[in-house]
Amino acid sequence: MTATSRLRVDGLTVRFHLPAATVHAVTDARFEVRRGECLALVGESGCGKSVMAHALLGLLPGNAEVTGSAWLETGDGDPVDLVAAPEEVLARTVRGRRIGLVPQSPATHLTPVRTARSQLEEALRELGNPASADDLAARAGLRPADLDRYPHELSGGMAQRVANALALAGDPWLILADEPTSGLDRPLVDATMAELRRLADDGRAVLLITHDLRAAELVADRVAVMYASRVVSVAPAAPFFAGPRHPYAAGLLDALPSRRFAAIPGRPPELTRLPGGCAFLPRCDRASAACENVPEPAVLPEPPAAGDAAAGNPGAGDPAAGDPAAGDPAAGPGASPAVSAPAGRSPASRHDGQEVACHHPLDHPLELDRHAAR
Amino acid sequence: MLRADGVTVAYDRHRVLDRVAIAVPPGEVTGLAGPSGCGKSSLARVLALLLRPAAGTVSVDGEEVRRWRHRAAPALRTKVALVFQQPRLAVDPRFTLLDIVAEPLRVARLPLDRAERLAEEMGLTPDLLTRRPHEVSDGQLQRACVARALALRPRYVICDEMTTMLDASTQAHLVARLEEYRRESGAGVLAISHDTDLLDRWCGPDATVHRFGDA
Repeated sequence: MTATSRLRVDGLTVRFHLPAATVHAVTDARFEVRRGECLALVGESGCGKSVMAHALLGLLPGNAEVTGSAWLETGDGDPVDLVAAPEEVLARTVRGRRIGLVPQSPATHLTPVRTARSQLEEALRELGNPASADDLAARAGLRPADLDRYPHELSGGMAQRVANALALAGDPWLILADEPTSGLDRPLVDATMAELRRLADDGRAVLLITHDLRAAELVADRVAVMYASRVVSVAPAAPFFAGPRHPYAAGLLDALPSRRFAAIPGRPPELTRLPGGCAFLPRCDRASAACENVPEPAVLPEPPAAGDAAAGNPGAGDPAAGDPAAGDPAAGPGASPAVSAPAGRSPASRHDGQEVACHHPLDHPLELDRHAAR
Repeated sequence: MLRADGVTVAYDRHRVLDRVAIAVPPGEVTGLAGPSGCGKSSLARVLALLLRPAAGTVSVDGEEVRRWRHRAAPALRTKVALVFQQPRLAVDPRFTLLDIVAEPLRVARLPLDRAERLAEEMGLTPDLLTRRPHEVSDGQLQRACVARALALRPRYVICDEMTTMLDASTQAHLVARLEEYRRESGAGVLAISHDTDLLDRWCGPDATVHRFGDA
């Protein structure tokens, strides 16, 4: 594992062919996950988040058509394109070894008729890891005695730790956590997020797929927002939670009970018939004629008001840095003035600016009803 | 008033509820908070008349539930509806969404055309109604489950971690729809969640929120 360890998803597209329709589950997704960071992928239910996870693991059903690429680079061998790689490569070198999966509802993910120890030992043996189950379990915060229990004898938190230990059995550098907190209560969510944070700080990378924005806020370095099969925004966590620039992301945050608790009006489009332009258009109060075209992602510099949040490592050593948003031909005539960088500031890199696919991004930290009167 | 008094529930010898009392008044939202494993869902099932308590009484609008088998008699059960935490475990996977919404109407021998209106009010399109559970998202399925719960216009609605699986916008929408039903019908709602932010917001400043342990 070297500093170049990363997952680079480029133009990933997934279609399901049904007898009467085609489901556009993921469209042209582009993002990166780097070693040492946690990227949270958030969005409404049914937006394609989980399909993305399964596509990266090569676990989609036979009627799925996957195009684009998802390069898994580890620096100690040739990068693997998870989309093009044959199943045996994925099975032998990727699943469990380079990518560990923390599943949704760990209690049901475990085999009910075998103890945690027997499942952990099997994983270690199959992955050729000489470590003992006890050591692995201890790293995940379990006592040896806990391992001798069956899944139904484990509490939710313990089952979660067993699942984490299983995900780590092959010493993967990328952890893919698919809704790891759904159904868990607050203390367990906090503990699970702390565990994911620790994994990232240990030098792994975490791709957290969740609908739970508060969980994401606890752990994410960056947040990617998915809407109607597209990744519409990728942003560093602090400015994102202080004031997301994409109107959909702002609406999603605003729907939290601790904020305005108001649903975004309307509903997401059917993935079987996505509109030609911006899929958020019918629900958006900033829409204009420009939104009839699909907006291209553009890197927006932070407004001065969010100054401290935008400070960081401006583009240092970042190969993706320096594609300035201004002058993007796809921004179209309706592009907001916020797209051009303020005088005296260098264009933001992908790492410190909010990357937003929208013709009319919000140009200030939104007046979110953060401490809504109750 | 939907009340439980001195309710005890035990699975084998493991006692999950020990002489618990709670009252759900009509027309109001009552909150119930507590960590996972504290017995919230067992209490929800008792109040929904789906689980006979080992001891204690349950009454609906002053009428005590007497003839329990495993569950209470259907005539009483239709007065209380339950929305479950995991919609996928709460529906028949072979049904279409429209069948799911219409099921209570069919059992009660009522006209089935109301199902489409109920579904429409929950924001389900006709196209979605023809699909089966594995072809829709959790949020869409939970909308169908809420429509099903409201189909017989219950006097009380018990929401057991109804939105734990769902994103913030879907959560806000489902809660708004239940609040609309409560105001229009005068039904009582019991909102069960571990999320105190949600309960504070849903129940409002004047409502009763029981913390488990003192419920």
